[in-house]
Amino acid sequence: MTRSTFVGGIHPYEGKELSKDKPIQDILPKNDLVYPLSQHIGAPAVPLVKPGDKVLVGQKIAEAGGFVSACICSAVSGTVKAIEQRRVVTGDMVSSIVIENDHQYEEKEIEKPRPLEDLSREEIITYIKEAGIVGMGGAGFPTHVKLSVKEPEKIEYVIVNCAECEPYLTSDYRRMVEEPDKIIQGLQVVLSLFPNAKGILAIEDNKQDCIELFKEKTVDEPRILVKKLKTKYPQGAERSLIYAVTKRKLDSTRLPADVGCVVNNADTIVAVCQAVIHGRPLMERIVTITGDAIKEPGNFRVKIGTNYSELIEAAGGFKSEPEKIISGGPMMGFGIFETDLPTTKTASALVCLTRDEVSLLEPTACINCGRCLEVCPARLMPNKLSDFSAKHKEEEFLNYYGMECVECGCCSYVCPAKRYLAQNIKSMRKLMLGKKKK
Amino acid sequence: MNTIRKVSSTPHVRGKVTTNHLMLAVVTALLPACGYGIYNFGNRALWIILITVASAVLTELFYELLCKRPVTIGDFSAVVTGLLLALNLPVSVPWWICVVGGIFAILVVKMLFGGLGQNFMNPAFGARCFLLISFTSLMTNFECDAYTGPTPLALLKSGETANVYDMILGRCNGTIGETSMIAIILGACFLLLLGVIDLRVPGSYIVSFVILLGMFGPAGFDFNYIVAHLAGGGMMLGAFFMATDYVTRPVTVNGQYVYGMILGLLTFFFRIYGSSAEGVSYAIIIGNLLVPLIEKITRPRAFGIRRKM
Ligand code: SF4
Ligand code: SF4
Repeated sequence: MTRSTFVGGIHPYEGKELSKDKPIQDILPKNDLVYPLSQHIGAPAVPLVKPGDKVLVGQKIAEAGGFVSACICSAVSGTVKAIEQRRVVTGDMVSSIVIENDHQYEEKEIEKPRPLEDLSREEIITYIKEAGIVGMGGAGFPTHVKLSVKEPEKIEYVIVNCAECEPYLTSDYRRMVEEPDKIIQGLQVVLSLFPNAKGILAIEDNKQDCIELFKEKTVDEPRILVKKLKTKYPQGAERSLIYAVTKRKLDSTRLPADVGCVVNNADTIVAVCQAVIHGRPLMERIVTITGDAIKEPGNFRVKIGTNYSELIEAAGGFKSEPEKIISGGPMMGFGIFETDLPTTKTASALVCLTRDEVSLLEPTACINCGRCLEVCPARLMPNKLSDFSAKHKEEEFLNYYGMECVECGCCSYVCPAKRYLAQNIKSMRKLMLGKKKK
Repeated sequence: MNTIRKVSSTPHVRGKVTTNHLMLAVVTALLPACGYGIYNFGNRALWIILITVASAVLTELFYELLCKRPVTIGDFSAVVTGLLLALNLPVSVPWWICVVGGIFAILVVKMLFGGLGQNFMNPAFGARCFLLISFTSLMTNFECDAYTGPTPLALLKSGETANVYDMILGRCNGTIGETSMIAIILGACFLLLLGVIDLRVPGSYIVSFVILLGMFGPAGFDFNYIVAHLAGGGMMLGAFFMATDYVTRPVTVNGQYVYGMILGLLTFFFRIYGSSAEGVSYAIIIGNLLVPLIEKITRPRAFGIRRKM
């Protein structure tokens, strides 16, 4: 089978061997759970409970605050302690529901959905919506919105992003190894929404075992194909992935649906399976706790809302004092300065490193080597864009397609002069996006 | 538990390659050419190389100390400049030419324009052209102990033939580093394998030059004539080490092809219709001046952007 890929990209140190062979362990939260009302793209959710209320496992505690928004369900039973400002990974304070865990795990009565064949399109989407599912790869875009495309019969490919191209992350890998049937079932659910689509499981070739496994499991599934991707970062970025799988190109102004594609990450697909087949809302996810500062790196099934410090404890704590902790992968995740933060729907990993490579590096003069251009998956000129950003030249920034940047960080990664390319471009984009909204 | 840790913007990991590595690789790649130059022309060549490199590095150091700027000689770019300049000098030049050349390259061509990355002209070639214009007779005096005859290209120009095999090996007259095609290609292969340079510029340069020479040159596609042109006159050194200089070649991929072709065209004109054999230096300098324009024209279209209807 040929390996599909995109133009550009890098091969960073993978670090996956630390946690790759560690089976998923369940951990139960010891302390309070915190649910930020804004842990997805779109309007913040609106609380349905007030302090003092009793909640059950699976109970909806906040309602979607608009069309592009998602609801939130409690993962434990207990009492609502407060609705207050709490810090999240980005460093911002976000209004959050705090639940005191009573450790009883009393479940809300769950009505098992009818078999998939009997469900209508609207019913399936409602299940997904009521489960509060968002893109769990990191973006956090509400899944029910993604799946509500205008012309479902025009969708040709439903792509499951199993690339997991970020270094260190192994949560999707463990999912594929341990629960392949859930991924396949979830994909079948999504496929039932799009009558003319083929399901594609896109997997990087460093996970050869998963490729074989899925091929075996899908022999009798004419609508599901396995696609082998070259191991390269950012293979899992939406536009790169669509190009690798279908050779269709997409710029920032268009949506995957415009070229007949729907892309979902593996964990999201499992959540869809849980919601539509078993009627269970999104309450937990797999998180990889890893890095050279962690005593026993591994993969954990975590109740959303659990405090990060508990996760680190579950992984044996620190073996040496970490200099840097990253929520998410090292290429696109957030550096965090404290661990008193809640696990959100989009938290795929905690990477704890004993050494912060970046703060040791002094940026020097650009030598015009062209490496940043070569690796940029958006085919931009990061050297120029970063310059325009630093000098705040808006017009040039737009002329050189600054808004097409996918913020993958490849340019900063390769730059021999260690310039802060992606960082500059990112802040400029933020500024321009803010301006556009006004 | 609540110690403040380092936070910074993404990405949190970086590649291992630094500017120093790249420059050191270039220095290493130039060693075969230096070695052969010393073997070919004797110990005097070694002294010329050392003096030129030293004056280039010291100029950068003193300038930065005087201006209270951070000292950047650790990045080895001044060493590269010094080496390249030395390899482009005839072995008979007086000592002070090396010093003047080194100072001019660093001070005027590089530092006054803002230092590494800001210069629009290759410092080594800028200095060489300055020396050629100011001290023409000294710079074109190829009389030395090892050889007395004219350079092979001068022979070709006057209608005679040159011994091609000697030229490929380097057993002939010329500047210190330009004579041995083999030594230069050896170094170039090292850089190509490491991925420090690629074939875009040298390839399009050499191919376009050969095509022009074959179609419009005095000898057509005569094998010996063409190989002599490639091996002589600093063509190899220019194509693989000077034209590929990051700072002074276009950064866009298409621009690099355009740039290579322009160099081929200019070299062809200078060599065939010009009066001196220094076509490569002048071609690259002029090419350097066109780079901003080439970059502007060849700006790549972003991924997925559709052509405007
Ligand atoms: S410019 Fe943007 S898209 Fe291109 S490599 Fe840098 S961060 Fe990635
Ligand atoms: S990678 Fe760094 S040094 Fe090279 S061109 Fe880009 S910004 Fe300049």
